[in-house]
Amino acid sequence: MSLRIVVCVKYVPDATGDRRFADDTTTDRDAVDGLLSELDEYGVEQALRIAETHGDAEVTVLTVGPDDAKDALRKALSMGADKAVHVNDDDIHGTDVIGTSAIIAKALETTGYDLVVCGMASTDGTMGVLPALLAERLGVPQATLLSEVTLDGTTVTGRRDGDAATEQISATLPAVISVTDQSGEARYPSFKGIMAAKKKPVTSLDLDDLGIDTDTVGLTGAWTAVETITARPARTAGTIVKDEGEGGKALAAYLVEQKFI
Amino acid sequence: MAEILVLVDHADGVVRKPALELLTLARRIGEPSAVVLGAGPAATDIAAKAAEYGAAKVYTADGAEFTDQLVVPKVDALTQIATAANAGAVLVTSSGEGKEIAARVALRLGSGIITDAVDLEAGTDGSPVATQSVFAASFQVKSKVSHGTPVITVKPNSTTPEAAPAAGTVETASVEFTGNAATVTARTPRVSSGRPELTEAAIVVSGGRGVGAAEGFAVVEDLADALGAAVGASRAAVDAGWYPHTNQVGQTGKQVSPQLYVAAGISGAIQHRAGMQTSKTIVAINKDPEAPIFELVDYGVVGDLFTVLPQLTTEVKTRKG
Repeated sequence: MSLRIVVCVKYVPDATGDRRFADDTTTDRDAVDGLLSELDEYGVEQALRIAETHGDAEVTVLTVGPDDAKDALRKALSMGADKAVHVNDDDIHGTDVIGTSAIIAKALETTGYDLVVCGMASTDGTMGVLPALLAERLGVPQATLLSEVTLDGTTVTGRRDGDAATEQISATLPAVISVTDQSGEARYPSFKGIMAAKKKPVTSLDLDDLGIDTDTVGLTGAWTAVETITARPARTAGTIVKDEGEGGKALAAYLVEQKFI
Repeated sequence: MAEILVLVDHADGVVRKPALELLTLARRIGEPSAVVLGAGPAATDIAAKAAEYGAAKVYTADGAEFTDQLVVPKVDALTQIATAANAGAVLVTSSGEGKEIAARVALRLGSGIITDAVDLEAGTDGSPVATQSVFAASFQVKSKVSHGTPVITVKPNSTTPEAAPAAGTVETASVEFTGNAATVTARTPRVSSGRPELTEAAIVVSGGRGVGAAEGFAVVEDLADALGAAVGASRAAVDAGWYPHTNQVGQTGKQVSPQLYVAAGISGAIQHRAGMQTSKTIVAINKDPEAPIFELVDYGVVGDLFTVLPQLTTEVKTRKG
């Protein structure tokens, strides 16, 4: 049987745009264009590389999101993924990470998987906890935050660069991995890839298909609640000086005044 | 008062500063208890330090599992201790591993999770309210865990550690390991640069594209050493191979929040801003007066970093005597 690789991706507001919140405390998705989270491109890339070296492998890209999230799936398909699964349901709006992990875990069990690949974090919420939550829910090992990945038979190995040490990690499939932006430059979709992506199958699933109770998701099902959101006050304009030969001394004087020296 | 569990981050047998910050924050919402896992013989010293900073109890557990397997043994221990102690909240440092541990503990406890808090206070009902800085620090969000035992990860440098001696009664916890973990087959400790750890440092001096080459970082390092600061690098400098990725400041690198951030030759792309915008005081040196970094600064110098930094370094050394 072929190796089933599933890449979890997220459709996020463009970080270079003016990101905002909607009145219900969720991300205002209308305010800024969305796109495939940049850090998930590294996940797609590693999945494709593993599939290429493995021979008999199939790469499925999976997302949970509104209609527009199809754009993220198309990008991944145009990079070379074989097929896509889109979990889309109005009741999902406002779901927190615990609920999202439940939805994705169910979807993974529905589609089947041997290796689940994630990016290190989304570029909007930047929590970086979803891969660990998936491993917990699926009852499989997590080999996360890898900067290098290799699959040999049913053993996935990789390098994890922690704060205090660099570790070599090993896990037996089925497993969940996440990869960092150091894992290898993500490929650009070719024209051929973009054309081929249009013909690739995208399966849509809703909460009913996954057997998920709507009470456990959305804003009402969330286990965290936002109390207040405040826009950070604009920074008061700082002092800017042009270096005419004494710039370093002037800066030193400022740092003395601020008691840093 | 409810026990607030603090997972104590330690390295080389020494408590890391963020753990002392967590103990300090924990006192605002209950009675701190420290959890010290896999510290070996250093557990005694670590427990004493935790007591010095307010831990009434210190739970310790040891075993090869904590170092030989990834994340899961710590999740097993922390969950079992939290359940037995009927903890009021669980606090963990916001590192890559810390967030992963916290997430799995939250799921096992049937609790919500908040990550990357930059402040913590007791709400009107006494339960913790966490402040997060989001969307590249353009918003401050205050939120609560509304279900179960609040599990919250807190970024380093969110508060100043304050000593508050407490009993520090040590209890050895027996942990049932659940398995299903990835194996750590080798570990290479990071070679210490002798400088403060990037996320913990009170002052960070970072270099970017304007530094021009790996050798160019010497002027950045000289200033950092004069100030007793950590050295950071922008993604552009790291991608160019001039400085190690472990020093990268930004959305995909380290998120820093020091008292003083000095950006040298950094334009200030959104990805970089996301990693440093919560710094208390921001200073930049850049040749380009139009660089977006100048929108953030408290003090900016338009000029060549190779003349400005050495002059500043000399001044710092002179004034420090």
